[in-house]
Amino acid sequence: MYESQVTIEGERHSRVALSDEALALVRRLWTIHGPLMFHQSGGCCDGSSPMCFPVGDFHTSAHDVLLGAWDIASDADVSMPVEFWMSREQFDYWSHTHLTVDVVRGRGSGFSVEAPEGLRFLIRSRLMDSAMPFV
Amino acid sequence: MTIYAAPGTPDSLITFKSRYEHWIGGEWVAPAKGMYFEDITPVTGRPFAEVARGTAEDIEAALDAAHKAAPAWGKTSTTERARVLNAIADVIDDNREMLAVAETWDNGKAIREPLNADLPLAADHFRYFASAIRSQDGDFQEMDGTMTAYQYHEPLGVVGQIIPWNFPILMAVWKLAPALAAGNAVVLKPAEQTPVSILVLMELIGDILPPGVVNVVNGFGVEAGKPLASSNRIRKIAFTGETTTGRLILQYASANIIPATLELGGKSPNVFFSDVADHHDSFYDKAQEGFTLFAFNQGEVCTCPSRALIEKPIYDSFLGDAIERTRKAVQGNPLDTDTQVGAQASNDQLEKILSYIDIGTQEGAKLLLGGERADLGGDLSDGYYVQPTIFEGHNRMRLFQEEIFGPVVAVTSFDGYDDAISIANDTLYGLGAGVWSRNGNVAYRAGRDIQAGRVWVNNYHAYPAGAAFGGYKSSGIGRENNKLALSHYQQTKNLLVSYSEEPLGFF
Repeated sequence: MYESQVTIEGERHSRVALSDEALALVRRLWTIHGPLMFHQSGGCCDGSSPMCFPVGDFHTSAHDVLLGAWDIASDADVSMPVEFWMSREQFDYWSHTHLTVDVVRGRGSGFSVEAPEGLRFLIRSRLMDSAMPFV
Repeated sequence: MTIYAAPGTPDSLITFKSRYEHWIGGEWVAPAKGMYFEDITPVTGRPFAEVARGTAEDIEAALDAAHKAAPAWGKTSTTERARVLNAIADVIDDNREMLAVAETWDNGKAIREPLNADLPLAADHFRYFASAIRSQDGDFQEMDGTMTAYQYHEPLGVVGQIIPWNFPILMAVWKLAPALAAGNAVVLKPAEQTPVSILVLMELIGDILPPGVVNVVNGFGVEAGKPLASSNRIRKIAFTGETTTGRLILQYASANIIPATLELGGKSPNVFFSDVADHHDSFYDKAQEGFTLFAFNQGEVCTCPSRALIEKPIYDSFLGDAIERTRKAVQGNPLDTDTQVGAQASNDQLEKILSYIDIGTQEGAKLLLGGERADLGGDLSDGYYVQPTIFEGHNRMRLFQEEIFGPVVAVTSFDGYDDAISIANDTLYGLGAGVWSRNGNVAYRAGRDIQAGRVWVNNYHAYPAGAAFGGYKSSGIGRENNKLALSHYQQTKNLLVSYSEEPLGFF
């Protein structure tokens, strides 16, 4: 489990982690696609799951929240930043939640980069009573 | 009653090819990079065919074919275009059982659904748009005695369509029918979970359409969907799927200054007012079934009635009856016409549903029924089955706010009309809703007050052609299933004609 940096002002605890499998997968995908980021999707079909895109593809806006960021480089001389974003309207309903990005066997679509690998990112959640544990 | 033979066994209505290519320019065309991916049947969890893994090169070839076909198709008379659409409808009707087996094998759904819903609706959809385009008028205005303005509906040209896996054939038809009726050529990218059943349909109708009018390129979203959606060679993109991808689609569309229509899902409330239980009659029975419809199509419907709101005075009794009703749902071999709940469409869908059941339990929602993966034994043991599940909780829980896309319903009570509307509307989405009441005025008001594009009043999960369908709020943009959809696939040409020989006097 690899916890993210804290990215929300005023908070002191990480909100999102990568499972070991997810970390390995993101590193592998980086070698194919270059720098990557996540945006959590709502909605039907392949929604309610994180989407992984090359940086620059998906434009975040003032109405998205940066939940966390990792440096996934295994080598200390290199920097491989990965950010995890969610829309603010969704975050209002998730703010009492700690998220772990995990991987399962699958055929998820949308334009998330892991699909051709026969794998799919998935969120596992740990619920708190409120958003206070992150402060 | 009837158990259809599984594909690959004797007596099966369909034998799949071992390999499916792209359908481009009226022919089967191998993928440019020579790569294929496995199509897995959710019924058993095993692969049954390999499918062309499309890339940008294949999308370009499909666009070439579409651009070649579009001018002539766009100038074909509406009479002739309607004839083609009606001929396709007849083929769907004539091959209903075979197509139903193909759809069940690719998607996992209980076969009674494609037999009785998906395929008859698909055929009718073509017939509806055949009529709609025939009866669509332009208009004119006489400006004065010497000038008249004429408005014509012209096709856009070549359009891109990306469709989901929950009703593979029907979702393709919802997009194809208006686009073709309006005179456009299409490049269609099916979902990678269900790439084959639409090709089985193309095998049957390929000859009816002029080559290049419909082109189907399969592949992964990142490899084939993205080149299509971001292409500057389409005049419009249509997409059904999830919100993040919908935003990307809009981004690509904005870069190319083209319109986009999107359907992005929902968290549809099913509202049961207490008068529903005034009598235990056929209508009460219908309302009970209305509750259980959260399990229709294994819950893999953008309009799944996944939140049940029951008015306090009848909460315990109505819910008690509904639990028993749901307990009786028949889950089993999807090829058996008695089966009501089949397999989820993929392993990752199954895992996602199970993760939401876990979240529900963590959040303190009370599990009233189900909650586990189902092992149906034998050949079905590795298939993707989950029990119909009922949770009780409150509307701020994630279980009530996020689309689970499985046979899971979250139940809560409400206290009076205003509370019902407030809870119903407390969601990011606005695609579907159900309102159940014997009081027509209450039902009408609730229907108008709920912020959703489709409100079913005293029914649910009906999708007749002609009934406009689409989302409010984050559920998307645009309407399908009604002649309104033609406007998404046409542009207006204004001919402003002068009948005067006199110069203006300006220069």
